[in-house]
Amino acid sequence: MKHLDEYRDSETARRLAASIHREANTGRRYRLMEFCGGHTHAIFRYGLEDLLPANIETVHGPGCPVCVLPTGRLDMAIRLARRDGVILASYGDMLRVPGSKGQSLMKAKADGADIRMVYSTTDALKLADANPDREVIFFAIGFETTTPPTALAIEAAARAELGNFSVFCNHVLTPSAIAAILEAPAVRELDAVEIDGFLGPAHVSVVIGSQPYEFFAEEYRKPVAIAGFEPIDVLQSILMLVRQLNEGRAEVENQYIRAVTRDGNLRAKQVVSRVFELRRDFEWRGLGHIPYSALRLKDTYAAFDAERRFDEPYIPTEGNKACACPAILRGAKKPNDCRLFGRACTPETPIGSCMVSSEGACAAYYSYGRMRERAS
Amino acid sequence: MNFASHAPRVATRRLDIVDGRVDLTHGAGGRAMQQLIAEIFHPAFDNPMLARGNDQAAFDVPAGRMVMSTDSFVVSPLFFPGGDIGSLAVHGTVNDVAMSGARPLYLSAGFVIEEGFPLAELQRIARSMGEAASAAGVAVVTGDTKVVERGKADRLFINTAGIGIVPPGVDISGDRARPGDTILISGSMGDHGVAIMAHRASLEFETTIVSDSAALNGLVADMVAAVPTVRVLRDPTRGGLAATLNEICDQSSVGMRLDEAAIPIRPEVLGACELLGLDPMNVANEGKLVAIAPAEDAARLLGVLRRHPLGRDAMMIGEVITDPARFVRMTTRIGGERIVDWLAGEQLPRIC
Repeated sequence: MKHLDEYRDSETARRLAASIHREANTGRRYRLMEFCGGHTHAIFRYGLEDLLPANIETVHGPGCPVCVLPTGRLDMAIRLARRDGVILASYGDMLRVPGSKGQSLMKAKADGADIRMVYSTTDALKLADANPDREVIFFAIGFETTTPPTALAIEAAARAELGNFSVFCNHVLTPSAIAAILEAPAVRELDAVEIDGFLGPAHVSVVIGSQPYEFFAEEYRKPVAIAGFEPIDVLQSILMLVRQLNEGRAEVENQYIRAVTRDGNLRAKQVVSRVFELRRDFEWRGLGHIPYSALRLKDTYAAFDAERRFDEPYIPTEGNKACACPAILRGAKKPNDCRLFGRACTPETPIGSCMVSSEGACAAYYSYGRMRERAS
Repeated sequence: MNFASHAPRVATRRLDIVDGRVDLTHGAGGRAMQQLIAEIFHPAFDNPMLARGNDQAAFDVPAGRMVMSTDSFVVSPLFFPGGDIGSLAVHGTVNDVAMSGARPLYLSAGFVIEEGFPLAELQRIARSMGEAASAAGVAVVTGDTKVVERGKADRLFINTAGIGIVPPGVDISGDRARPGDTILISGSMGDHGVAIMAHRASLEFETTIVSDSAALNGLVADMVAAVPTVRVLRDPTRGGLAATLNEICDQSSVGMRLDEAAIPIRPEVLGACELLGLDPMNVANEGKLVAIAPAEDAARLLGVLRRHPLGRDAMMIGEVITDPARFVRMTTRIGGERIVDWLAGEQLPRIC
């Protein structure tokens, strides 16, 4: 892990922080949205705000796959898990996310539902192979990063004629979410989110490349700096955005050159397009219904689509009204603006998904940064 | 049934250790159980108190303050790099007793065994316990075995309890941390939890990480002999260093400030944590301790720690501060500040 050390080096951090202080124009504010929960997490885990001038504000974006899943989709997973003969294979992050009526996968598990925590789609396939008399459903969530492994698992299951394996697909698309945020202010005046620039996704961009962001940069005049998840990456990207804004540029710049190319990973994109197609509509927590913003299995793979196989309907449901997760996911509010934050809603007693997920903004504030609230 | 064993009156065939398995008769209180105890446990734990064959151990109580502790072990897998459930069951309880500054004396051992468990593995585990106990200078003086039907337990669970005696003049407790005190740790963090996780079948990456499972009573004896003013000792097991420090902050009504750069974490452990999405601060240790001592004694305590093989990599990692919010704050490697919080939910199930 020598490789990582250079991206966490304190000397480099100090040097970059000094450049940001020197170059940031004191006469203006810089509202920079980090799209990914991974960035939010890095900012708080390393205390990066302590190194930034006061006129640079980090705005936390919706890039947390657990957070953006609406309650209705989680309810579907719980209903699937409670069916007789089903094993639901899920990433651990999902287990404590609150569904409607105080339900969660963790509670369903305690009630006797067979829910297994897995670390990869391969684990889910193995479960299906080892339990031929059970239906194994993989609870697939995530942005473009986790989609290719799900697609590969579906192809592998088809090849092996693994008839008891299916996928509850909740894969969503990053560019759609960015577009929704950029277009939101016009629609919702009160909720307007002013953003001057974006820290672009790290891992997602490894797959989709930097090219998809060129449209946002040009159309909305917002600079983008694709940023890695290490503290040095974040600081360097902030400096890149400050420079673009100072010079009146709105371009896509790539800080994460060690992993991201303009075109991304073609093989990964190919496997995804073999297995998945766009959904006409998908509801996001916080961002509402966004057309063509998520994926579903193609008809060829319908047999592996848990929604169709078990005829499980989506029933939209409202979360707790006091929970500010939706506004937080749009960047319109900060976690400590929510009156539930740290009181009714804590990582032990989460009310919104943003407090549960390790990528959620509320969890990052609470676990790493809540001394900041106390001080103010 | 208790560990009392009497030589069977009728000569029976010896246990088939190589291919045999535990069956329900081994827990039924009859001759089969006697045989299991006589052929597996007594030789492994060999000591005169056990050999007397009673349902309890009798011993004289030395004058002074005694401590007692108990812990159950359900680790999966049973064998892992650096140890097994047997050695872990000894180290865990010896350490819990020792964290009062006490010298651990005696252990009890209770076994819940699933029907069908291989006798060879049971013997290997019992021997490992015996060796760990004798290395730590404690004796397993009483015990118990139960056998449950297949599916009613996962292979083998062990409970151990231990008692020890506190040397005069030593007063160590989690509520004694005071602002200004220095916080020390005896070595690198996260080795045990990561060794277990990496070894689990579902995680297919190879690491060279070995559990740090070890009995710390020898180290503690050196520490309290040289620096009897030590105020707090605790082994950061489940929940890792983060949970241990938060517990102490709550007990003592104080806050803490740590220096991230001073906390030793092996590069392999850090790498595995990155892959698994874990924070090494939350990952369990089984052979490390946290010590809190008055600042003026800290350098001397660090010297004592570093002279012992189990404290070679010891570091001073921060100080106790006044903080009504009882936060554990940490200056990060790059100069920012964060909180080191309790872990929410279950990060690593069945690591001990």
